[in-house]
Amino acid sequence: MRRRMRGSAVAGAAAAAVCALTVAVAVAVPPAGGTTGHPAVRPAARADAVAADCTDPEAGLRPQTVDGPAVQRIKDRGRLIAGVDQNSYRWGYRDPASRELNGFDIDLVHAIAKALLGDPDKVSFLAIPTNQRIPAVQKGKVDIIVRTMTISCDRIKQVAFSTAYFETGQQLLAPKGSPITAYDDSLRGKAVCAAKGSTAEGQLKKDSHGASVLTVPNQLDCLVRLQLGQVDAVLTDSALAAGQAAQDPSVRLVGKPFTTESYGVAMNLKDEDLVRRVNAVLEDYRRGGDGSPWMTAYRKWLAADLKGITAPPEPKYRD
Amino acid sequence: MSQPQSAGPPDPGGRRTAWREGLDRLKAGATTEPGRLRIIGAALAALLVGFGAVTAWQVADRAAAADAVVRRSQPLSADAADIYRSLADADTTAAGGFLAGGQEPRAVRQRYEKDITLASELLTKAAADTDDTDPAGREVAKLNEQLPVYTGLVETARANNRQGLPLGGAYLRYASDRMREELLPAARALYETETGRLGHDYDDAESWPWAALATGVVALGALGWAQRRNYLRTNRVFNHGLLTATAGATVVLLWLVAAHAWSRADLTDSFEHGAKPLQVLNEARITSLQARGDENLTLVARGAVLTAAGEDAYETSYRKGMKELVGSETADPAKGTLLDRARSLADGSGGREPVAKAIEAVHEWQQRHAEARAADDSGYYDQALPKVIGEKDSTGEYFDRVDTELRRALAHEQDDFRHSADDGRGALTGLAAGAAVLAVLGAAGAVLGIGRRLSEYR
Repeated sequence: MRRRMRGSAVAGAAAAAVCALTVAVAVAVPPAGGTTGHPAVRPAARADAVAADCTDPEAGLRPQTVDGPAVQRIKDRGRLIAGVDQNSYRWGYRDPASRELNGFDIDLVHAIAKALLGDPDKVSFLAIPTNQRIPAVQKGKVDIIVRTMTISCDRIKQVAFSTAYFETGQQLLAPKGSPITAYDDSLRGKAVCAAKGSTAEGQLKKDSHGASVLTVPNQLDCLVRLQLGQVDAVLTDSALAAGQAAQDPSVRLVGKPFTTESYGVAMNLKDEDLVRRVNAVLEDYRRGGDGSPWMTAYRKWLAADLKGITAPPEPKYRD
Repeated sequence: MSQPQSAGPPDPGGRRTAWREGLDRLKAGATTEPGRLRIIGAALAALLVGFGAVTAWQVADRAAAADAVVRRSQPLSADAADIYRSLADADTTAAGGFLAGGQEPRAVRQRYEKDITLASELLTKAAADTDDTDPAGREVAKLNEQLPVYTGLVETARANNRQGLPLGGAYLRYASDRMREELLPAARALYETETGRLGHDYDDAESWPWAALATGVVALGALGWAQRRNYLRTNRVFNHGLLTATAGATVVLLWLVAAHAWSRADLTDSFEHGAKPLQVLNEARITSLQARGDENLTLVARGAVLTAAGEDAYETSYRKGMKELVGSETADPAKGTLLDRARSLADGSGGREPVAKAIEAVHEWQQRHAEARAADDSGYYDQALPKVIGEKDSTGEYFDRVDTELRRALAHEQDDFRHSADDGRGALTGLAAGAAVLAVLGAAGAVLGIGRRLSEYR
């Protein structure tokens, strides 16, 4: 709400562009379950305006629970296909003992499946590598991606995001007792690890504070290198860093997150009805104060290593 | 006898006269028949002794090389192959056990430990046989240094895995990377060095003893000339001494040619039907081990590592291995692939049968692999896992079959090699000593024969 009042003309144009795209599709493919009503005819804008004038990529579409073609497709199939990570502790990982997928992201997928299909277990989980998240959505290989995926201006051109379901930021992870205190000059002469192609790698390229940089295929590989003494610190987002700290009591998060990023559920740009439906699920997921499903999941998976969160992020809407 | 008198700075006066004196006596001797006969006798004796010595020396060289093939370079090459194979097997087994998680079967754990023990034992042995200065020694030192690092990483992976931490998978991948990037290339280089040494020893054992053959021909020619001269001067057809010498030299020459040709044929056989198929089979076995390791790691990594093209790195590596093994997914291996080459090098039913069975098993393996991948790609990890590491009807079952058959084929070729190489080494037995004895006899004959003529002038 607050955000919408503040919305500038620029953001309005950006939103309009996205809407224009989704409307175009909605017109081409008539929804099976009646009218969606809400997004009426709006003036069309050039699509690239989204990127050029992107100021608030987190602002999403208002919740709606009427079945559109995408929701109907999932219902007809009887299963939700979700792209997840299987290697991020506390977020999406396969427990070697039970062989079950677990974590904050996985709980959210189950909640979406329950809302759509009435059964939290009617889900096929596909392990989607980081750089395959967008192609998997675009090619329709998965219905949703719930995989610690940051909402960004670049990405909203390629996929549609739900409202933010978690707020995080780049943060350093270092052994307890390390002279590294934050992402600052205490890094000089040290070796820092980052996952190849990650936001952290880009950040270190811009400013490494005199540290040497080692890149590895996966963020978890950084913890291996840290334990083996090949690097002095790991740069990743605080949510994933918390997952690493949870696996090694001798490392901790240092300093404050120095960027702000939000995770969103990614879907196909054409599946507007699904985006609205997921946003509705997220509304329910956040509702209930301290006893909300969101807070329950937070306490279950993250509170031990990512302290001090008292409420889920506020959703922002652009329409 | 005739001493070289050229070259060198002028000698001091006293020696020069001694020189001059000897030379004058030789010149004077050559003008009379007894003098000439003495020179001829001495020359013949020297030629025959020389022939015997060169033959003994060259044959001993070749026998030593043939011996080195059987006793040293082939066993070292086989040990290097075992090091290479047991390391690849350890890595593959570690990944398989990891997938089974807390329920890692005892047999899997034991197989891993057996591999590591065998590799360490062979490396200790290899370290004693080589030193840091030769290339094999450097690889052995590197392997000895890296192996404990690798096993440490695998144990850390296991400990984390047992606690349910995904960090274990990251450790296992790191361990496997070390294996593939450091240990296996070093083991491969060691294997190639030892195999190169084997080829070198083969070449040494098989090279014709030209010097011995040439001296033999010259000695026989000289004997023939001496006898003709004798006949022309005395009208006597036979001189018993010279005849004995000729017979001795002829026997040595024929023996030399026959024994060497025989030994060469056997050694060539042991190479063509032993060492060469052994190399191809070893390579095939290691490639299949790595493909199996890739298959396991695809499930461990779960999409954490990708190629530049965005494909799963381990699945890509599996496909590459299969391509080297058999080419395509058809039942018949493509031309030039490892199993195709192994098949065409195999001889006798004992060699062909296990290779044919291995080819069949690879085909089954590929089909089951495709099913397992399809299940995993559709999100059914629970169904994919037993298709890969299950006891029955899994890719693992067919991989084991491939491994067993290739092991059988290797044992067969090892036998073949051993027999032929032993025969090749045996063919040279006694030749060096025989040549020496016969040459001395021949020289004695020549001296006696000429002595008989000389006595006619007294």
